[in-house]
Amino acid sequence: MSIEIQQINKRFGDFVAVDNVSLSIEDGQLTALLGPSGSGKTSLLRIIAGLEAADSGRILLHGEDSTDRHVSERGVGFVFQHYALFRHMTVFDNVAYGLTVKPRAVRPDKATIRKKVMSLLELVQLDWTAARYPSQLSGGQRQRIALARALAVEPKVLLLDEPFGALDAKVRAELRRWLRRLHDEIYVTSVFVTHDQEEAMEVSDRVVVMNRGRVEQDGSPEQVYDHPANPFVYQFLGSVNRFPARIHQGVAEVAGMVLPLAQPGDHSEQGQLYVRPHELDLFAEATPNSLRAQLELVTVVGPTVRLELRQQGSDEVIHAELPKYRFRELGLVQGEQAWLRPHGARVFSEQLG
Amino acid sequence: MNSLTHDAADGLAAGAVPVARRWQRATEEPRWLRWTLIGIAVAFLATFLLLPLTVVLYSAFERGLAVWWQALNDADARSAIRLTLLVVVIVVPLNVIFGVAAAWAIAKFDFRGKPILISLIDMPFAISPVVVGLIFVILFGAHGWLGPWLAEHDLKVIFAVPGIVIVSVFGTLPFVARELIPLMQQQGKEEEEASLTLGASGWQTFWRVTLPNIKWGLIYGVILCNARAMGEFGAVAVVSGRIRGETNTMPLHIEVLYNEYMFTAAFAVASLMTGLALLTIAIKTLIEWQDERRRHGAH
Repeated sequence: MSIEIQQINKRFGDFVAVDNVSLSIEDGQLTALLGPSGSGKTSLLRIIAGLEAADSGRILLHGEDSTDRHVSERGVGFVFQHYALFRHMTVFDNVAYGLTVKPRAVRPDKATIRKKVMSLLELVQLDWTAARYPSQLSGGQRQRIALARALAVEPKVLLLDEPFGALDAKVRAELRRWLRRLHDEIYVTSVFVTHDQEEAMEVSDRVVVMNRGRVEQDGSPEQVYDHPANPFVYQFLGSVNRFPARIHQGVAEVAGMVLPLAQPGDHSEQGQLYVRPHELDLFAEATPNSLRAQLELVTVVGPTVRLELRQQGSDEVIHAELPKYRFRELGLVQGEQAWLRPHGARVFSEQLG
Repeated sequence: MNSLTHDAADGLAAGAVPVARRWQRATEEPRWLRWTLIGIAVAFLATFLLLPLTVVLYSAFERGLAVWWQALNDADARSAIRLTLLVVVIVVPLNVIFGVAAAWAIAKFDFRGKPILISLIDMPFAISPVVVGLIFVILFGAHGWLGPWLAEHDLKVIFAVPGIVIVSVFGTLPFVARELIPLMQQQGKEEEEASLTLGASGWQTFWRVTLPNIKWGLIYGVILCNARAMGEFGAVAVVSGRIRGETNTMPLHIEVLYNEYMFTAAFAVASLMTGLALLTIAIKTLIEWQDERRRHGAH
């Protein structure tokens, strides 16, 4: 295990930032801490780094208890949301910094530092910026320099705090693909914090969903998305429709529909059926065992069509999503009736929702 | 890098002249308004800055260089100059240490009583210098709270150099801290945190990251502090006892000369003080200019 987090607690006044969190992170993994703001993900990351002290609990890095070690001795690389490059130093000096502050006995000589810095700058494809100052670079470039600077000291673990949060959408998408490739190349155990579920899904090997200081779910991106452990995870990982349901004998009854359940629930339980927009089958004609609704709005977003439907006598808008070609095949018309049936769903009993 | 920017700028300027003119007309203020504003600024500067400066220099050199030099070379004048420089040499470093420490504490840490500390730093600006002088007379004077104890140990504060230093420290207390607090607050602590994660010690972080980032604010604070320490009059007048050749600083000496109708001598010393002030400004400009050149020479 690269990082062992054992029963970490952290409060800021009355606010519980991290609530008894335990996690193990394996060697070479790229893990995302995903959650809304205030969920404790950044606090946890800063506690791992030693930038924040936990109220209780222990942090082990590579099997070694690091709880009481100073941040400068932990051997972690940290990348900040707003880059935190040294503004008065050139890019070269920024990347070299971690090497030049080493005690004289272990400090590499100038030529070695130069070689190392240049090879790191090549790794992040910015060797041509060596003599520039951070203010002369774009946001995406600055973050790559910040990453090179963190890697220069060969950290045992790399921690990234919302590394793409301050960048615009296109650069963000490019940079996260680039980070994924870079991670596969250098293979250093990494943890990054994000509130963007798409980013977590795309980049990481493993997603830890956090809410109110606790871990809600922990698994591969696919597991977390396809099998959310609870309503919070379900809602946080994308839009969702909710229908009140009655569960008995392995089926769910929703507004007259009877749907078989993957997991048999308790008898006669009240619950909520959670269905993602793309998990709804649509029909233009009356179909048995389906829900009738009026198609109120059709929005075409590139290759996808988003629909808003409403059941008669209900205020709840039902969101559906399907490929454009499929929408054309079905011959659905805005303002007309449509029938829908979930082909994938999960039921959570009332208490949880 | 430089050539690239220039080329780009040239290209832009050459291609965009007509557009730029039209744009200017639409966004610029009317001519009369511009000239009125510029006129007010220039008139103000001339009346309140250039005119007094000219008067000082003119009056100082009115009777020729020899008289000017004589006034400065007088034993009492030399003693006043020496004392003023001594005060500056002690006061400025003390305030740099205090200012950096206070600004660091306020900007980078959260603790109880922070607003009180910030208000306390401002206090010397709010209290009249004469009152400041009296406060220290009450504290350290012969009949003051600590007076008997000081007398017992044969220590002299009031009517002596220590008193002058103490009131000067008090009077200049806010300059460095006030310059640095907003600067450090705005810069946050991420760069320091980055430095620590890279393995630097707290001391290395201070010298290599914090100090270079606050350099300009610090220099500016030092210049203001220096000017005030040299020019402090009211509080120093109260505690110094104005002993000629012993506890007279330059401003006090000027007043003495002026009261004795020795106008040329008074203005000669005044011109020296003005010269020192201009020198500090020149030094600041020079450092700024060199830093600018170093930055642009780097690429």
